[in-house]
Amino acid sequence: MNRNKVYPRYFALGALIIYFVFFFLPGLIGVGYSFTDWSAYSDELHFVGFQNFRTVFSADENYMKIISNTLAFTFITTVLKNVIGLILALLLTKSIRFLNMHRGIVFMPSVLSTLIIGMIFKSILDPKSGLLNSFFRSVGLEMLAQKWLVSSELAFGSVMAVDIWRGVGYIMTILIAGILSISSDYYEAAAIDGAGGWKKFWYITFPLILPTLATTTVLNVIYGLKVFDMVYALTNGGPGKATTEVLYTAVFKKFGTGQYAVGTALSSVMFVIMIIIGIYMIRVMTRNEVVE
Amino acid sequence: MKTKKILLAIVRNFIAWIFSAICLIPLLLILFNSLKDKKAASRMDLHLPELPIRWSNFVTVIEKGKLAASFGNSLLYSAGSVILCVLFAALAAYVLSRNQTRLNQFLYLFLVLGITLPVNYVALTKVLQFLHLNNTAIGIILLYTAMQLPFMTFLIHGFVAKVPVELDEAAVIDGCGPVQLFFLIVFPMLKPAIATSTVLTFLNTWNEFVSPLYFLNRTEQWPMTLSVYNFFGMYFKDWNLVCADILLTSLPVLIVYLIGQKYIVSGMTAGAVKG
Repeated sequence: MNRNKVYPRYFALGALIIYFVFFFLPGLIGVGYSFTDWSAYSDELHFVGFQNFRTVFSADENYMKIISNTLAFTFITTVLKNVIGLILALLLTKSIRFLNMHRGIVFMPSVLSTLIIGMIFKSILDPKSGLLNSFFRSVGLEMLAQKWLVSSELAFGSVMAVDIWRGVGYIMTILIAGILSISSDYYEAAAIDGAGGWKKFWYITFPLILPTLATTTVLNVIYGLKVFDMVYALTNGGPGKATTEVLYTAVFKKFGTGQYAVGTALSSVMFVIMIIIGIYMIRVMTRNEVVE
Repeated sequence: MKTKKILLAIVRNFIAWIFSAICLIPLLLILFNSLKDKKAASRMDLHLPELPIRWSNFVTVIEKGKLAASFGNSLLYSAGSVILCVLFAALAAYVLSRNQTRLNQFLYLFLVLGITLPVNYVALTKVLQFLHLNNTAIGIILLYTAMQLPFMTFLIHGFVAKVPVELDEAAVIDGCGPVQLFFLIVFPMLKPAIATSTVLTFLNTWNEFVSPLYFLNRTEQWPMTLSVYNFFGMYFKDWNLVCADILLTSLPVLIVYLIGQKYIVSGMTAGAVKG
């Protein structure tokens, strides 16, 4: 059978064209535009070399702060989501009543709109009337009632906490699938050898879900570097100057003020970084597919 | 030994309930306060709503928040991109999986690379302007489709490999052309993958608000998520109304989640765990 005739390449054209035109092409021409002075105020375009990138990586302005915020957000949420997700996955693969209900509830925040979650937590974290502070006051822990989203010390931590609340169920679900794919033979053999719960975890579960943890880490890193919704909804970069600003809220602000060239330069830095991470990610993911 | 086991079981169940409570309380907060009057809701606490229950909040919100229009917009954008995305992803995944030439393997990797790539929204305006798709529903649908295609292609690609090639061969011998072969023989076999990608595309596009934020200037074109945010800005003192709006906006997603949980979980964990 002639494969090229039975499986004609034009079947893939629809997907390839839409993807190329509306996704890949903007990334490419974005790189081009980041060497110009493109803005909302002038119809003329001038080549300006690396000027936009010098602005982005210069010490003045807040860009270094924004980049370090993005990296800190990515690192901290990735670590904590993996740790808490793993604890939850271990807990919810044991014999517990209403197991599926617990799994379903913990996963639920992942399907809700981030914008809506942001609004809900704006209320919960309100310093005066918010649910969290009311709870602390009612149990006599007055000193824990803080100005979560409005103080410059706590805002960034609060944003990350809400993001962890939202995303941990997803990571847990992946890890549960990883744990359940481990053959029970290992555990039975270990039990015969007299291994307790801790030993079983360290010598069987942990090494065997390391590949799964690698995947969740990559997923979290991709998400963290691209984060926009959560920060936009909770603080929009504030309070004060760039306290919680991340790359994509900065890009959106540059877009809003018409400074397109700097916005697309920031985006292009991300585009290049993500292509490198992406190639690694695809290796991890397609490796699994082949094993399947 | 036995008491220790029972104790451990109690502790485990207790911890599980605490985690579930932490995830559930914010949602209960919205539910309860959407049923209160303005004064009671302004405290935003977890007290049960007093009788009579204020169902009128929902009516007010549907009128003031123009929910019918934004629901229609969301439905149009989601349905449009589900159809385009699932159809094109299935076609691409099928051909690129069945006929693995060098070029096809490269095209597949190129497409799947989009799972990680960020969208350059700023430069996207240029493309949309050039195609005259700024501020149009078609533009938004095509954008959503482009964003979802990489993952959905990946998802279906893994599934196509499990459909036996012998089926194709038999159909070809019986005189099936390529189009018939795909739609009559292979597509029905892909049902689970199609269901999963339909549900996931729906959820992702229903929750998306960044593209409309950049590319839809007129509020009449906004999807539900964006108009609830706008409503929040205008009525931030009326938490009962805001909560009712949030609840109505999240309802389609929650219903789809409850019905399609199996598909969502299998889709979101696809590729992450060795099968």
